[in-house]
Amino acid sequence: MRLKTPLEEDDVLNLGAGDVVYLSGTVYTARDSAHRKILELAGRGLPLNLEGAVIYHCGPVVRESPSGYEIVSAGPTTSSRMNRHLGGILSLGVRGIIGKGGMNPEPFKGRAVYFAFTGGAGSLAAKSIKRVREVFWLEELGIPEAVWVLEVEDFPLIVAIDAYGESLY
Amino acid sequence: MIEAIVEAIRLAVTRIPDDVVSAIGKAFEEETNEIARFNLGNILKAIEIGKSDLVPVCQDTGTLTFFVEAGVESPYLGGLRDMLTEATRRATHEIPLRPNAVDVLTGKNSRDNTGRGVPIIHWELVPGDRIRIAVLPKGGGSENCSALAMLTPGEGWEGVRRFVLEHVKACGGKPCPPIVLGIGVGGGADYVLLLAKKALLRKVGERSPDRRIARIEEELLEGINALGVGPMGMGGKTTALDVKIEVAHRHPASFPLGLVVQCWANRRAFIEIEPDGRVEIWQ
Repeated sequence: MRLKTPLEEDDVLNLGAGDVVYLSGTVYTARDSAHRKILELAGRGLPLNLEGAVIYHCGPVVRESPSGYEIVSAGPTTSSRMNRHLGGILSLGVRGIIGKGGMNPEPFKGRAVYFAFTGGAGSLAAKSIKRVREVFWLEELGIPEAVWVLEVEDFPLIVAIDAYGESLY
Repeated sequence: MIEAIVEAIRLAVTRIPDDVVSAIGKAFEEETNEIARFNLGNILKAIEIGKSDLVPVCQDTGTLTFFVEAGVESPYLGGLRDMLTEATRRATHEIPLRPNAVDVLTGKNSRDNTGRGVPIIHWELVPGDRIRIAVLPKGGGSENCSALAMLTPGEGWEGVRRFVLEHVKACGGKPCPPIVLGIGVGGGADYVLLLAKKALLRKVGERSPDRRIARIEEELLEGINALGVGPMGMGGKTTALDVKIEVAHRHPASFPLGLVVQCWANRRAFIEIEPDGRVEIWQ
């Protein structure tokens, strides 16, 4: 199944654990520090609109050149570290999270899904990333923890936790 | 010589060693679970791209860890720490690597993978005039699954089995299975974890030369793969590609057990520096 961001409520309610999805559109990378930053700024000038957004638990390898940033390798990081921020981030309207290793299924119920991509397969994931649209807090957080706004095309994912609490883990 | 060290780091992060690739290939062929095949298939594709495009296979290029067997008569010994640090800096920029060194108090990233205590260098003095360096880029997700257990001598090897199986199950998909598990037994709390990490430098499929230990490695591997955790923790036949055990004598009152978990991207490279400056690199 192909999906395009931003995701609607119906998009995620139609997905079941085990489905394969090819995702196109925009994804926002965020790890530990970025989650804290986003939740700190929510309602107080957060420069991102996360309504229907997909968050990618990823800290990429990035090459900087005169023509901009190139994503060299960009697989998922371990999602369970972000469990503590899950309820907060989903309440901002986020409909999908991409990561590895799984998360608490409960907060996803009725509103969002968790997509798994293969951990370590960063060079393959980078093939689905067409360009860097923007980057937030690069100076402050550094490359792995910054929020990279990435344009993706047909990113192959597995629905590992659906909006009904079903989990593959 | 710095360039040669950069090349060894490049080899380690862009090319997964043949023994690891063939173990993953075998796991893919034997797997019947569709999701496990999706993950193993992606792994094999990522390995190919790393090799053909000379890019890091995994974006977590890890904490660079060097194990040095330093020949005390080598003319390069005094400058080696500086060379390894400079090579780390250059490799970060040239390959590129992800900058992974963060100040523990300020959270500030040093941007070049160097900083207080990193890259990590383990020194062992040996006779002779050659230097052999093992390069191990160690990822964070798997390193977070490391464990130390101070078992009682009464539990002994039964305790090792119980702890290993419980621990690997509890880690689930977090360390990016199929894993390679490094196990240290004996010594003390510090040394047992060093043994466990060093164990990861051995080839996948290669058994301990001590037949008694080789047998325990095989039994643990079988036990871990019977857990059903599977690739990425989503079920399947292969949870571990291999188990490596290194031992040291223990204190009569202690039975230290150290576990260092390595992700499927069991990256490594070796460098040998001759006294005349010639350098050889291999995996």
